[in-house]
Amino acid sequence: MRHLLATVVGKTVRVVAKLRGGGSALPGLIAEKIDPDFLPRTLGRLPHGVVVISGTNGKTTTTKMVVELLQGQGLKVFTNRTGSNFTRGVVAAVLGESNLAGKLGADIAVLELDEAHAVHFVKLVPPRYSLLLNVMRDQLDRFGEIETTAGFLRKIAEATTEAVVLNREDHRIAGLAAAVAAPEIRYFGLAPGLRQMFPSDDEMRSGAAGEIAVLPDADVVLSACDGPAATFTVNGRDIDARLKLTGVYNVYNSAAALALARTVLGEAADEAALLRSLEAVTPAFGRGESLIVNGQPLDLVLVKNPAGFRLALKSFPAAGFRTMIAINDNYADGRDMSWLWDVDFDSLAEAGVDEVSGVRANDMALRLFYEDVPVGRVDTDLTASLRRFIELGPEQPKRIYCTYTAMLALRRELGKLTEVEVVS
Amino acid sequence: MDAPVIDLLQLYPRDMNIYGDWGNVLVLRKRLQLRGYDVRLHEYNPGDSFPEQVDLIVGGGGQDSGQNKIQSDLLGLGGRLKELADDGVPMLAICGLYQLFGHRFTTHTGEVITGIGLLDAETVGGPTRLIGNTVLDSSEFGTVIGYENHSGLTTLGPDVQPFGTVTKGQGNNGQDGTEGARYRNVIASYLHGSLLPKNPAVADYLVRHAAERRYGTFNDVALEVPYEAAARSDAAARPR
Repeated sequence: MRHLLATVVGKTVRVVAKLRGGGSALPGLIAEKIDPDFLPRTLGRLPHGVVVISGTNGKTTTTKMVVELLQGQGLKVFTNRTGSNFTRGVVAAVLGESNLAGKLGADIAVLELDEAHAVHFVKLVPPRYSLLLNVMRDQLDRFGEIETTAGFLRKIAEATTEAVVLNREDHRIAGLAAAVAAPEIRYFGLAPGLRQMFPSDDEMRSGAAGEIAVLPDADVVLSACDGPAATFTVNGRDIDARLKLTGVYNVYNSAAALALARTVLGEAADEAALLRSLEAVTPAFGRGESLIVNGQPLDLVLVKNPAGFRLALKSFPAAGFRTMIAINDNYADGRDMSWLWDVDFDSLAEAGVDEVSGVRANDMALRLFYEDVPVGRVDTDLTASLRRFIELGPEQPKRIYCTYTAMLALRRELGKLTEVEVVS
Repeated sequence: MDAPVIDLLQLYPRDMNIYGDWGNVLVLRKRLQLRGYDVRLHEYNPGDSFPEQVDLIVGGGGQDSGQNKIQSDLLGLGGRLKELADDGVPMLAICGLYQLFGHRFTTHTGEVITGIGLLDAETVGGPTRLIGNTVLDSSEFGTVIGYENHSGLTTLGPDVQPFGTVTKGQGNNGQDGTEGARYRNVIASYLHGSLLPKNPAVADYLVRHAAERRYGTFNDVALEVPYEAAARSDAAARPR
């Protein structure tokens, strides 16, 4: 009865909240209060259980991939698509998709969870499978230390019941193997030649680490990557794929997604269909999206932390492009600007940066000055900066590196400025 | 004629680099180069041999795990660093290295990590992290702007002066209003940001003393660095 009440009240609040515009977590809060057992019971009924995906970088894109891979195998997948990656947001999403009896019409739930909130979530709902991507310096002003974040992910590893999929190239993630209680651990990894593309925070100032650790065998290895063409070594066999995602970090995320999907599906996996699904995946909202603005491509590249920014700069050659960087320091972006000093910007030195914008535009411009990167205009007004960026280079392709809240604002503005056609 | 050389040493870049303190090295190097100095950059990691000639030393903050890795090496280096400090070598120690430059750091669980005692200061682990945009008033450097992120609470002894007094933020311990420590030409602080890009007066103090100690003079050219003043006022206006 409590369950029904929680569902009905929650769904009602959800409708009201929607009518009022916004408030995606409020209905979840109310359902949680009426029936604390709501989430475990609803998700616990799913025949294939719950999959949790966490880590610093790539959660959203990887979750989207896993969902599409599993859908391509005929599974009905529930996911927290709205980006509410904490427990209340999941409750709200469950309410939205469950019927009045509180039953979710899905075979499996694939959830992206913020590291800190995941700790709370896995206590309520132990996942059957989890995928842990990486631990990077990100939002240290929230969590304090990388080791703290790694500790959050350890809780996920401990709570998982069937299988944990780990990034063998990230020593903090690979090190979580010792905490796994589930019967199975699988890995995804990189071929040796690609490792230099992924410097870790620890190696930031010292090049590759001196010690060569013995790596565990990986279920899926990204063995080659050249633009949209990628080769995955799956179970010892090479599979060539042509992806719609660009950026080597996105391609590496597809190795993670593939490893997780194979783990979930087991022997039932239809390999040909997996490959077709993988090739069809498009970037998630704002994560390397390619738009067409006035007939020219405009890429939006989300940058959240030094490792991600460095990878993005390595992935996208600057030549021939107009470049803009937009740095905000709202809570969701991280308030501390220190991270900008741990990114090497020399790849932009030749082409320069046409527009520097965002609340902390001057910090960014100062950073570029100290690396001898020429700067066009500096303007904290995102709208003015974006308009100039587009108007002054009508014939050129463009790329904008932006923090999270800057990305949201830019996307809104792009929608106003022009017919925004999402191509991939 | 060859340009005069300044030997700049970065302490423990491998294990203590985590909060953007590389920015301090970049700024010192650039501000020296713009004034006609050649900068020889030395990186010192645990087990390395310490260079003969050192004019300026910079070290940063680390994760607790990084701090454990360098602690015994630092104790071995302590005597040398103290000699250099007493001989007037300018140094900048941020966050984790600031703590280890003091007498000791007693962690939240009661474990005592011995420091080198270059600074008359001691630190105890606090229950929460002190995090946020921070502004100091300094009698030597004017308004200093940065970002603090630490759980250690530091108390200064009589042989050091504070680097500044907090006008926004918590500072050394959240109690006495002090931030950082000063001893001879050594500056220690919890402030990241990185500290030096937005505080050119502090950067120029360090490079001036490095040059004067080695050459007797400093090529004191005023630098016009674009965006510097605007970045300072933007940062000062941001919420904690």
